[in-house]
Amino acid sequence: MIKFFLMVNKQGQTRLSKYYEHVEINKRTVLETEVIKSCLSRSSEQCSFIEYKDFKLIYRQYAALFIVVGVNDTENEMAVYEFIHNFVEVLDEYFSRVIMFNLDKVHIILDEMLLNGCIVETNRARILAPLLILDKMSES
Amino acid sequence: MGSQRAVAAARGAEVDTPRSTDSPSPALQQATLRLSQRCRPLPVPHSRPFEGGSIRRLANLQSPEKVSKGDGMRGLAVFISDIRNCKSKEAEIKRINKELANIRSKFKGDKALDGYSKKKYVCKLLFIFLLGHDIDFGHMEAVNLLSSNKYTEKQIGYLFISVLVNSNSELIRLINNAIKNDLASRNPTFMCLALHCIANVGSREMGEAFAADIPRILVAGDSMDSVKQSAALCLLRLYKASPDLVPMGEWTARVVHLLNDQHMGVVTAAVSLITCLCKKNPDDFKTCISLAVSRLSRIVSSASTDLQDYTYYFVPAPWLSVKLLRLLQCYPPPEDAAVKGRLVECLETVLNKAQEPPKSKKVQHSNAKNAILFETISLIIHYDSEPNLLVRACNQLGQFLQHRETNLRYLALESMCTLASSEFSHEAVKTHIDTVINALKTERDVSVRQRAADLLYAMCDRSNAKQIVSEMLRYLETADYAIREEIVLKVAILAEKYAVDYSWYVDTILNLIRIAGDYVSEEVWYRVLQIVTNRDDVQGYAAKTVFEALQAPACHENMVKVGGYILGEFGNLIAGDPRSSPPVQFSLLHSKFHLCSVATRALLLSTYIKFINLFPETKATIQGVLRAGSQLRNADVELQQRAVEYLTLSSVASTDVLATVLEEMPPFPERESSILAKLKRKKGPGAASALDDSRRDTSNSDINGGVEPTPSTVSTPSPSADLLGLRAAPPPAAPPVPVGGNLLVDVFSDGPTAQPSLGPTPEEAFLSPGPEDIGPPIPEADELLNKFVCKNSGVLFENQLLQIGVKSEFRQNLGRMYLFYGNKTSVQFQSFSPTVVHPGDLQNQLAVQTKRVAAQVDGGAQVQQVLNIECLRDFLTPPLLSVRFRYGGTAQSLTLKLPVTINKFFQPTEMAAQDFFQRWKQLSLPLQEAQKIFKANHPMDAEVTKAKLLGFGSALLDNVDPNPENFVGAGIIQTKALQVGCLLRLEPNVQAQMYRLTLRTSKEPVSRHLCELLAQQF
Repeated sequence: MIKFFLMVNKQGQTRLSKYYEHVEINKRTVLETEVIKSCLSRSSEQCSFIEYKDFKLIYRQYAALFIVVGVNDTENEMAVYEFIHNFVEVLDEYFSRVIMFNLDKVHIILDEMLLNGCIVETNRARILAPLLILDKMSES
Repeated sequence: MGSQRAVAAARGAEVDTPRSTDSPSPALQQATLRLSQRCRPLPVPHSRPFEGGSIRRLANLQSPEKVSKGDGMRGLAVFISDIRNCKSKEAEIKRINKELANIRSKFKGDKALDGYSKKKYVCKLLFIFLLGHDIDFGHMEAVNLLSSNKYTEKQIGYLFISVLVNSNSELIRLINNAIKNDLASRNPTFMCLALHCIANVGSREMGEAFAADIPRILVAGDSMDSVKQSAALCLLRLYKASPDLVPMGEWTARVVHLLNDQHMGVVTAAVSLITCLCKKNPDDFKTCISLAVSRLSRIVSSASTDLQDYTYYFVPAPWLSVKLLRLLQCYPPPEDAAVKGRLVECLETVLNKAQEPPKSKKVQHSNAKNAILFETISLIIHYDSEPNLLVRACNQLGQFLQHRETNLRYLALESMCTLASSEFSHEAVKTHIDTVINALKTERDVSVRQRAADLLYAMCDRSNAKQIVSEMLRYLETADYAIREEIVLKVAILAEKYAVDYSWYVDTILNLIRIAGDYVSEEVWYRVLQIVTNRDDVQGYAAKTVFEALQAPACHENMVKVGGYILGEFGNLIAGDPRSSPPVQFSLLHSKFHLCSVATRALLLSTYIKFINLFPETKATIQGVLRAGSQLRNADVELQQRAVEYLTLSSVASTDVLATVLEEMPPFPERESSILAKLKRKKGPGAASALDDSRRDTSNSDINGGVEPTPSTVSTPSPSADLLGLRAAPPPAAPPVPVGGNLLVDVFSDGPTAQPSLGPTPEEAFLSPGPEDIGPPIPEADELLNKFVCKNSGVLFENQLLQIGVKSEFRQNLGRMYLFYGNKTSVQFQSFSPTVVHPGDLQNQLAVQTKRVAAQVDGGAQVQQVLNIECLRDFLTPPLLSVRFRYGGTAQSLTLKLPVTINKFFQPTEMAAQDFFQRWKQLSLPLQEAQKIFKANHPMDAEVTKAKLLGFGSALLDNVDPNPENFVGAGIIQTKALQVGCLLRLEPNVQAQMYRLTLRTSKEPVSRHLCELLAQQF
């Protein structure tokens, strides 16, 4: 299962974090720091999977932003790797112009895609459906 | 829906949207630039689908005009702006305290707050909490919001509950009520909110309240797809938290049939649930195999356009395919030939598609395709039965080994590692040896190199051992420090395992020490000594080689240790050569002496005394060394003692005595290589505990010849256990488990003596564990046990690290006990393993069936263990509970007595005075009676005494004893083999503060035992 989902920038600031298994708040900071450190130290020639403690980190970099997913050994690395990209594409589809985006909406999107550490929805239209309803509500 | 899903620090910031290509788009660059420029992250509460604009705007504070419209909660916006403008932590705390005071006064005020205000204040509290401040009020207001009809208010309420609720039972009832209403509302958005809340809190109380409803919602024909998806993962959560609460029996078939659901999203969610369920009950869910195969087959064989919505870059439903392939890995190959044929066809199709030209040039296309391919190969390896497929898989991976994508090379190496252990594909894997060796040399990524090293280890056999070992040795020179020790272990194992001539083995190990001496653990150099000692054909060579190795001006201390030991044993074998004559050997060793650690010097002193025996001509020199002040008066006691003893030994003992005392070491007994054991340890803790297993093997025997053979109580429950329904569902009194709460005591608040004032046991109570055996019970074990003779719940043990609570119930000869292990620290316990041990004959008297608990216990968390107990015959000693775990790197172990005493199986019996006396007389043999006269340890209160006697298990009989002050009781002890009738009489003497207790039973040891148990209670 997926243990956590992180968006961290190059400065090491966490932009979004979501844990699917209980981790204490103070341990999260440590974990996030270590995670981003290990991602930053890697070059593009290195693979996108890092063994970290008893789980595996799978990461992708988009400019200065890293998306890092922690998984246990029951996940398919490549599937998670591509899941990250699917997530980014959904963000891209929703925030079609260069807009200020709200992280809460990112959370909504992530919740639609990942529940309880399991991939639950991958169809873009369905992922965005609740957000679109929401937007309609606030327009009216 | 992780436990802390909503807490997930939404340290937000507004950023531009990232673009979707792999190359960073301008928009994304801008976005990330902004992210990076923001020096101070702004926390934003996480929000949920279908919420209104409120929380959303939290993130949007930089444009205040946006928050002024609608129900934007201007006050909240102002507050957050204030916080963001605070220059220091102190200012922030001051502002927050002011706000908390304000909210508190609003909540306490006389004026009833409307929904909007409540929402606003709850939202502020939530925000403050996410900033990292504790919140101790507002729960009630949040609960009120749950019953609102407005999405936004309800949503904030649920969010607050999910984030902040603890096991406050009063609130849980109200929350459960609100959830119940929402689940019944038939409004899918409300239902989703409620389901998410259950999944977030996931507490036992919620499980108890809703575990029965969720499966119904999940399979109901009229549930919306999104509701079904949420329900599936909600149920998964409840099942993981309290499996006993989710009886799947009647739902199994319908849940499995979700694999056939028209909607792929529902199938995606359902596969996760089924995968978890079938791991626990593989037989019940067996039908999922054929459904999964046909679903998979439909996806795999479909054209990329068939599954329009779930096609990702021309790959049909990649994530669902992967999940289905994972599910199939829970089972052996399908038995049904048709199903198997269809599956093999699928697997072949996937392998074929890998060879077809890609439908898209995009990397996303090939990634998604390869995800399925790797999972397919995993399944093929898991089945390990189709040679044809295995070889094809190996060839496919072989292609990836040279792929330009590092990710693929990494995954191919990893996958091939498992393939190497299959007899069908081992040879095929071996053909790639040169590529793998090349990877080990040239890969720029340490994790890829590590995979290559793993693969080399896995593909090694007699035919290629020398090549692989020498490549690994070469790699060791440049290997990353983090993995050197593992490589050293692997080389040592391979060298030993595949050594044809042992001189090669000795060379290899000495090379290891030369190249990576620091990483050569004791196990490795002990092992080489064992092997050299046991094999006389290699001893001369070993002596010669270490002698040469020691000539190096700087050699590793481990080399000195090995050299010292070997020369001390076998130096005589090379002494004929003048270049390595005894004095040369000695002076070579002694030249290293002063640079070595105490342990090595101690070893060398033993070598020296051995030399005196081997080479009498060195005696004078060596005695001179031993006699030197630096030895005889060495500050280290061990060195000093050795010097004194060896010196005396060499002076007083005759040559014969010396030869006997200092004889060559006898061969070591052969056993599993200690290095292998170490490598296994490095790879993670072993699964089953040896104690557990040995108990399983013997639990079957029954010494009581007159009784029918006892069925194995471990694997199959005895029929009577089922009658009670103990396995199917817990009794209604099942104790609640607070989630993450460390106040274990809450659990037992129903008992009058619920909070025993057990002082923390000092740390010393923990005994350091022996390798296999369990330690004796802690000194207080008896005292702790006595507390539970007359009651069934309470805190069994507590110290600074751990609290163990117990709650149990017994019916006839069966019992169920819940043990709650609470981690009182903030550090995770590792390798946590509580086991029940039956000393002596107990295993024939009492069957205890335990479930294994999770090996990790998070700081502040609590795990529960259920024991099913069956009393087979009367017993005198309780089972032992051995708890082991690792805390902060040190092993902790502790042995307690499990509070199971024979009186727990008492069946109270009511009888008239006449019957009582008649039976009393029948039990008049001297051994059937046990009597004790003792002093009262507690105030002599008749009511307390009555309660204790009832707690002890017997019925209290009124109007039997002519003296109304006396207590008379009767009962039957129920065991599987026999029943023991018991009568008891307790006569208090208040003036003397004494009691007289008399027990009569049909079985002599039982009388005595009960008498002793009960006497300690007053």
